[in-house]
Amino acid sequence: MTTTDTRLAGVTGDQAGPRTAARPGRPGSRLARARTGLHTLVFLAPMLVVFGVFSWVPIGRAVVMSFQRTNLVADPVFVGFANFEQVFADPLLWTAIQNTGYFALLALLFGYPIPLVAAILMSEVRKMRGLFSALAYLPVVVPPVVAVLLWRLFYDAGEDGVFNTILGWFGAAPVAWLQDADIVMPSLVLEATWAAAGGTVIIYLAALIGVDPSLYEAAEIDGAGVWRKLWHITLPQLRGVLLITFILQIIGTAQVFLEPFLFTDGGPANRTLTLLLLIYRYAFTNSLGGDYGAAAALSLMLAVVLAGFSMLYFRLTRHWSS
Amino acid sequence: MAAVKSTTDRGLLAPTDRRRASVRWSTRLSHGLLLAILAVAGLGPMLWLAKAAVTPTQDTLRNPMALWPGGIDLANLAEAWTRVEIDKYFFNTIALAAGSWAVQLLVAATGGYALAVLRPRLGRYLSGAILATLFVPSVVLLVPLYLTILDPPVLGTSMLNTFWAVWLPAGANAFNVLLMQRFFANLPREIFEAARVDGAGPYRLFWSIVLPMSRPVIGVVSVFAVIASWKDFLWPMLVLPDPALQPLSVRLPALQQFVELDVFLAALAISSLIPIALFLVFQRLFLSSAGLGGAVKG
Repeated sequence: MTTTDTRLAGVTGDQAGPRTAARPGRPGSRLARARTGLHTLVFLAPMLVVFGVFSWVPIGRAVVMSFQRTNLVADPVFVGFANFEQVFADPLLWTAIQNTGYFALLALLFGYPIPLVAAILMSEVRKMRGLFSALAYLPVVVPPVVAVLLWRLFYDAGEDGVFNTILGWFGAAPVAWLQDADIVMPSLVLEATWAAAGGTVIIYLAALIGVDPSLYEAAEIDGAGVWRKLWHITLPQLRGVLLITFILQIIGTAQVFLEPFLFTDGGPANRTLTLLLLIYRYAFTNSLGGDYGAAAALSLMLAVVLAGFSMLYFRLTRHWSS
Repeated sequence: MAAVKSTTDRGLLAPTDRRRASVRWSTRLSHGLLLAILAVAGLGPMLWLAKAAVTPTQDTLRNPMALWPGGIDLANLAEAWTRVEIDKYFFNTIALAAGSWAVQLLVAATGGYALAVLRPRLGRYLSGAILATLFVPSVVLLVPLYLTILDPPVLGTSMLNTFWAVWLPAGANAFNVLLMQRFFANLPREIFEAARVDGAGPYRLFWSIVLPMSRPVIGVVSVFAVIASWKDFLWPMLVLPDPALQPLSVRLPALQQFVELDVFLAALAISSLIPIALFLVFQRLFLSSAGLGGAVKG
C-alpha cells in the first residue's frame, strides 16, 4: 500500500459508513457479546470524549450562544435576535464584508492562474521534476508567522526596504506597501499567494499526470496541435480539480486572519479589517469584557455560508472520484 | 486504483512534438524560465533570511540586497537562542507539537479501529457525526471552545495556560479519524479473522496487527499533526497568555518590539529550521499528501 492510495481514499470522502464486507461472526452468548461491546467502548472512548467536549458540544454551544448575552460573571440570558441586530447595526460589518470579499477576489486573481500555468509547464518536465516541486512547495512549509514577519520587512516603506531597493534598480519610486490604503490589500494577498500557491501547484500537477494519455493520442490522430490539446483535453480533464481548489480557496480566504492581524491589524483606516478580525475583536479585545454573543452570531452566519461551500466540495470530490 | 493507467510515459506533448525544434526550444526556454522564477520566489526569501540572520543590523538596514554582507555576525544566532530565550519558546513549540501529535494519533487510531474493525452497532451514525464536523468551519469553534477551556466540564478548574488547552482540542480532528478508518477498512479482513481464530483479542489485534500494517497512514497523520501544530497561531495565542508557555509563532510578533533587528531575524531563521528540515527529509510524503492539506483547512 502506498501513500498515493491513501491520498485518493482521503480525497474521495465517500464510504464513510461501515463497508461492504460481511460482519464478522460473533460468539453467540450474551456475555461474550457484552464483553465485545465493552472492548469496543474502550477503543471509542478517547474519540467520544475529545469530540464531545471539544467539537460537538462547542458547536451546539455556538448556536445557543448567538441568542444569548454571555459574559464570564453572570449567567447567560436569552436575548432573541439582539446579537444579530447588533452585528447588522455595526457599520464595520459592511467594511469587513467588503474587505474580505476584496481579499478573496484578489486571491483568486493572483492565486488561481499562476499555479495552473506553473503546473502545466512542470508536467512536461522530464528530468528533475522533484526539484521543481520542492522549490514550489518550500514556502508552504515556512511557518506562516515567520513568513508574515519576514515579508513585513520586505514591505518596508523606506527607500532601503527590500522590495523598494529592487524597484529602485529599475528606477521606480518607493512604494508604501502597507501604509497606502489602495495598495495594502494587494500587498497582503501577494504574500498570502506566495505562502499558499505551492500547495495548489502540487494538486494540479497530480491531476495533470493522471490525465489518460490515450486521450492525447486520439486527439493527435485527429490532427490536433499542442494548443488545441491543451484547450480541448487538458483543461476539461482538470475541470473537477479546478472547481475543488476554487471552493477551497473561497473557504480559506473567507476566514483570513493571520495576514491582516500581523501585517496591519486591520489598518490603515480599517482597509484590511476582515470578518475574522472583526469576530476576534468582538470577543477578545473589548476592554469592557468580551462580547461573546455578537462574536458567536457573526461566526454562525459566516459558518452557514461556508458550510454551503463545504457541502458542495464534499459532493464534488465524491462525484468525481467514483 | 483507477483502472486506466498510462501505457506510455507521456503527457500533453507527443513524442513527435518533442522532436520538432521549435517545440523543443520553447519547452526548454519556458522550463528554464520557470525554474529561475521558482528559485527566486521559493528559495529567495529563505536565502535572504539565512543571510540576514548572520548580518549586523546596520548592513541589513542600509543595503538589504547586498549579496555579501559587510561583516558576519554569527553571535546573532547564539544571542537569539540564549538572551532572547528562543530556546524556551522553541521547546514550548516542540512540546505543543509532540502532545498534539500524540493526542491526534491516539484518538484517530483507536477511533478509526473501533469504527472500521470492531464495528459497533451505531457506528454508522457515529461516523456521520464525525464527518459532519468537517463541514463546520473552524471560526465557529473559536468562542465556545475558548469558553470551554476557561470552564471545562468535570475538571472544575480552568485549562488556560496549560498545554492541555492546545493538545486536547487538536485531537478533535475529523479528517484524521476518517483517514484512519478508511485505511483500516481496506486492510484484508482475512488477516483479522485468522488472528481471531488464533485467539487474539481486540487489543492484541490492534497493537500487533493493525498498527504495524498502517505505517503509511500513521506517517501522513503524523506529518500533518506536527506541521499544523507548528503553524498554529490564533488558538495558542488565546489559550496561552503567559509568555513563558508560548510557542515561537505566538512569541515572535511580540519579540520584534524589543529585540534588535539582526537578532530578531536570527530568531525567525531558527523558527523555520525544523519545518524545512522535516520537509527536506520527508519530501515525498509531503508532496504526495499535499492534496489532502486543503481538506484539513475546511
